[in-house]
Amino acid sequence: MEKSLLRYIWRHTRRQQLFILAIVAASMVPYFLAFDLPKQIINGPIQGGGFESEGATQAYMDFTVTLPWLGTIFQFDGIPLDRLETLGALSGVFLLLVIINGLFKYYINTYKGRLGERLLRRIRYQLVDRILRFPPSYLKKVHAAEVSSMVKDEVEPFGGFTGDAFVQPAMLGGQAIAALFFIMVQNFWLGMIAATMVAIQVGIIPKMRHRLIELGRQRQVTARHFAGKVSEIVEGISTIHAFDTSNYERADVSHRLGHIYKIRYDLYQWKFLVKFVNNFLSQLTPFLFYSIGGYLTLRGNLDVGQLIAVINAYKDLPGPLKELIDWDQARQDVQVKYEQVLEEFEAPMMIPPAVHTLAAKSEDKSFSPLAAVNVTIEDQSGARVAEGVSVRFERGETVAIIDNAGSGAEALAEAFGRVAWPVAGKITLQDTDLLDLPESVSGRAISYSGADSYFFHGTLKDNLLYGLKHAPTSTVTYSGRDATQRRWEMHEARMAGNADFDIHAEWLDRSTTSVRNGQKDDLKNSLLAALDAVQLTSDIMDLALHSTFDPEVHTELAARIVDMRHALRSTLSVKGLSHLVVFFEPDRYNIEASVGENLLFGTMRQGAGNENSLLDSDYFYDVLRSAALLEPLFDMGAAIAENLVDIFGSLPEDHPFFQQMITLSADEIDVYEQLLQRFSERPEGVRPNRDELRAMLRLSFNYVELRYRFGLLTPELSEKIVKARDLLHDKLPAHLAGLIERYDPHRYIALASLRENILFGKLSHRIADAGEQIRAVASGVMHEKDLYASFLGVGLEFDIGAGGRRLTLVQRQKLNVARSLIRRSDFYVFNRALPGLDRRVQNEIVKNVVDFLKEQDHDPAIIWVLSNTSLARLFKRVVVFDRGSIADDGTFETLEQESGIFKTLVA
Amino acid sequence: MLLKEEVQLLRRIPYFAKVDPCRLKLLAFASSRVSYDADQELFHQGDAGDCAYVLLDGSADILMESPEGEVKIGEVKGDCIVGEVCLLCDGVRTATVRTTTPVEALKICKDAFSKVLIDPGVTREVTRAFAEQLHRTTSELDRTRVGQRQLVN
Repeated sequence: MEKSLLRYIWRHTRRQQLFILAIVAASMVPYFLAFDLPKQIINGPIQGGGFESEGATQAYMDFTVTLPWLGTIFQFDGIPLDRLETLGALSGVFLLLVIINGLFKYYINTYKGRLGERLLRRIRYQLVDRILRFPPSYLKKVHAAEVSSMVKDEVEPFGGFTGDAFVQPAMLGGQAIAALFFIMVQNFWLGMIAATMVAIQVGIIPKMRHRLIELGRQRQVTARHFAGKVSEIVEGISTIHAFDTSNYERADVSHRLGHIYKIRYDLYQWKFLVKFVNNFLSQLTPFLFYSIGGYLTLRGNLDVGQLIAVINAYKDLPGPLKELIDWDQARQDVQVKYEQVLEEFEAPMMIPPAVHTLAAKSEDKSFSPLAAVNVTIEDQSGARVAEGVSVRFERGETVAIIDNAGSGAEALAEAFGRVAWPVAGKITLQDTDLLDLPESVSGRAISYSGADSYFFHGTLKDNLLYGLKHAPTSTVTYSGRDATQRRWEMHEARMAGNADFDIHAEWLDRSTTSVRNGQKDDLKNSLLAALDAVQLTSDIMDLALHSTFDPEVHTELAARIVDMRHALRSTLSVKGLSHLVVFFEPDRYNIEASVGENLLFGTMRQGAGNENSLLDSDYFYDVLRSAALLEPLFDMGAAIAENLVDIFGSLPEDHPFFQQMITLSADEIDVYEQLLQRFSERPEGVRPNRDELRAMLRLSFNYVELRYRFGLLTPELSEKIVKARDLLHDKLPAHLAGLIERYDPHRYIALASLRENILFGKLSHRIADAGEQIRAVASGVMHEKDLYASFLGVGLEFDIGAGGRRLTLVQRQKLNVARSLIRRSDFYVFNRALPGLDRRVQNEIVKNVVDFLKEQDHDPAIIWVLSNTSLARLFKRVVVFDRGSIADDGTFETLEQESGIFKTLVA
Repeated sequence: MLLKEEVQLLRRIPYFAKVDPCRLKLLAFASSRVSYDADQELFHQGDAGDCAYVLLDGSADILMESPEGEVKIGEVKGDCIVGEVCLLCDGVRTATVRTTTPVEALKICKDAFSKVLIDPGVTREVTRAFAEQLHRTTSELDRTRVGQRQLVN
């Protein structure tokens, strides 16, 4: 990239800049015509110039085209118009000129805006492209939030500047020179004075602004660091809470903000000082005109008319001059920003663009061997973690690499994964240096999974299949509006030097999955097998069961789940297990559910305050009243309160039962006790107020007879509650209708989870192992109905959050291995990929992975750097590293007998 | 069966006979009701114990494993408590309890029990009852030993 922003802009927008300059020049013509016209209108038709006699006419639009040497070649005598007609015609021309000027201005501004936006797009793209091409060691030093703040915020002003980069100085410079020239014409010496003052202004002000620019640079750097700090706080929030360092962070932030404040305040002081000096200098010139010019006039060396003409002419100079100086200020400002940004983005040893060339077609070719030739690797501090390592791996091998002392094995694996670059020697794949190979070859022939995996914000599935998205494998054919849109996108991308790959094309390369039988379901099979191998399937099933989906989108699945609901029910009844679940029936009270759930008979949208909005609505009370439930439920609440006060009243405030047994605190029990007291003292017939009503209803809604066993739910009452369901749902007001979805045995309930939709009832809590029994039956029904894959599909749609943080650490590590397993590669390199798992699970997963990959037909090599050395027995060959070099290399059996180091490691 | 009735029933059990009814109500409330079919295990010999069962209805056999297979060493019916030892100390089940008829029981968990026991008055009453039970068991054991010795002689 160019060192100077102006040069950069010129290089990429040269043609457009010249074009817009021409347009600007052309726009000057109507602009000056519009200046002259008012004078003509006033002097001519209004004041009557040229219309002195009655019925006099003036020729309108007469013109003559005259060329030098050739003389007049065309003459138009004009249309004779009288005074009123001329007024109309001239006013019309004025209006026309106003419109033309406005259109010019509009066009120029949009053009400049577009120019700027394109350049901004280009520069941002180039910066991100550079990030993608940074050598790995360089990226370890930079702060992600700072880089993103540079790409996003710091380049922003470049766009605004681009449009004015050349047009502004050309225009303003022209105007200033014209004004100066005009003064010179009036009087040479006064003109010289003005010119000198201009020279001083142009010389001094930018110098003074150097300090401003320096401050601006500091401001930029501190703001960038501040952005980095804020993101650090967000990312490290758990550490901050764990160690009680929040106030240390507050102090740090406050200190940084203070520093930024100081810089910004300094900036203001200087800015306005410079402004003052600038204004002073431009006002000094008229002072000199008045004093010196006046003196000369008094002495008789200058006549009054000339002096006034000079002073008048001077009016046009400061405006453009000031703007010109402002432009220069802006230029220096963006130039400094540009240099700043460029500095961070100029890394030594960038990955050459050729390495990243898009290669759509995966060559169906195998690469082997993978070798290290005399490789030396340094860590960030420059210490040599691996030295002179030479080793060679062929396809089909299973190799465990273990470290005795040091971290040579890890470093070597990183070099295989292109995560670390050797400082000496080279890694070769089929005798070509890995770093010279395009990533489209190395990134497909080698699947690398390290311990520090990263996941992108999106669904589980997106992340699992991430390793298959090398290039668009199909082109989308657009039609109609979409086609226009796509053409526009491609055109704009090219205009800004961006890549025009279609993100909406199919990027999944289905031909490079690990399970490959040439069938359509290769991808699905690879995915399921990979998940099984890393033991992630049951986790995903759980995610699925707890998730909700939109039945409008997945109509078929919703219908099949409702079908499964009925099948589960009949299976349970066939097996004589119907008592395990109390199903939701529209016309029956569900004894395992609370009074509130029975009344609502539906699911409420998850969210704070949703329940309250129902409990607080007048509608709800009206329904209860008309169903004759208000009083019985109030009485029920009061009876519950009595019981609870009786049971919990004497317990100490911090007794754990308050959390465990009921959702009330000791204070609330006290409140209920007082309420009961108040009721008992109250004369008959006094109605409870709304708050009292609400307090008691709250208790009765949570009441489950089977659990509380207070004997408060009579058959009559439950019948009434069932009848009130219709009443409640029939005229639900709009603001509540969106919050509640009524249960319907024949419909999928969108607000309820998959699990709730399948079960569609409450587990009997009296039967000790009801949950396990149901799970076993439901799993059978699921397989019978062929819903297993569909459910996993729902689970795979789980949004894993930023960086995969909604998954547990163990799940992330498993996912990281699984996404390698889905890919078809010649070499699978696992670099301490499962450190968070316990030994037994590690053992199982490593075995599963090796077995799975060996089952496939492409005979890959598996290279696994083990953190748990005892797992080495699962591999045929073992390489032992000791202090950065290879100490032993051989089959497990030979090493077990011969190698001293190995024996101590594995024992 | 309602909470009130459960409290009445608990009071008939020697350990809880002298405990304040209010506390018993709390204990009953904190415990859960469970149902079993005939021929289901309440718990198995050797498992870690974490709760006791008060049989409200139905009956169950107490079985012990011996080299010759399971041997029935006793029976529990309504108003009886089984597995109560684990409420006061950690340990494994010394026998298996299997239902012979459908059983309705109150499951008292150790956790809930110990939280009700926070009250010193309750603790005293319960430990006294346990001590009396222990006293009875020991004297029974002594008598058995004497009987065995006589048999040997």
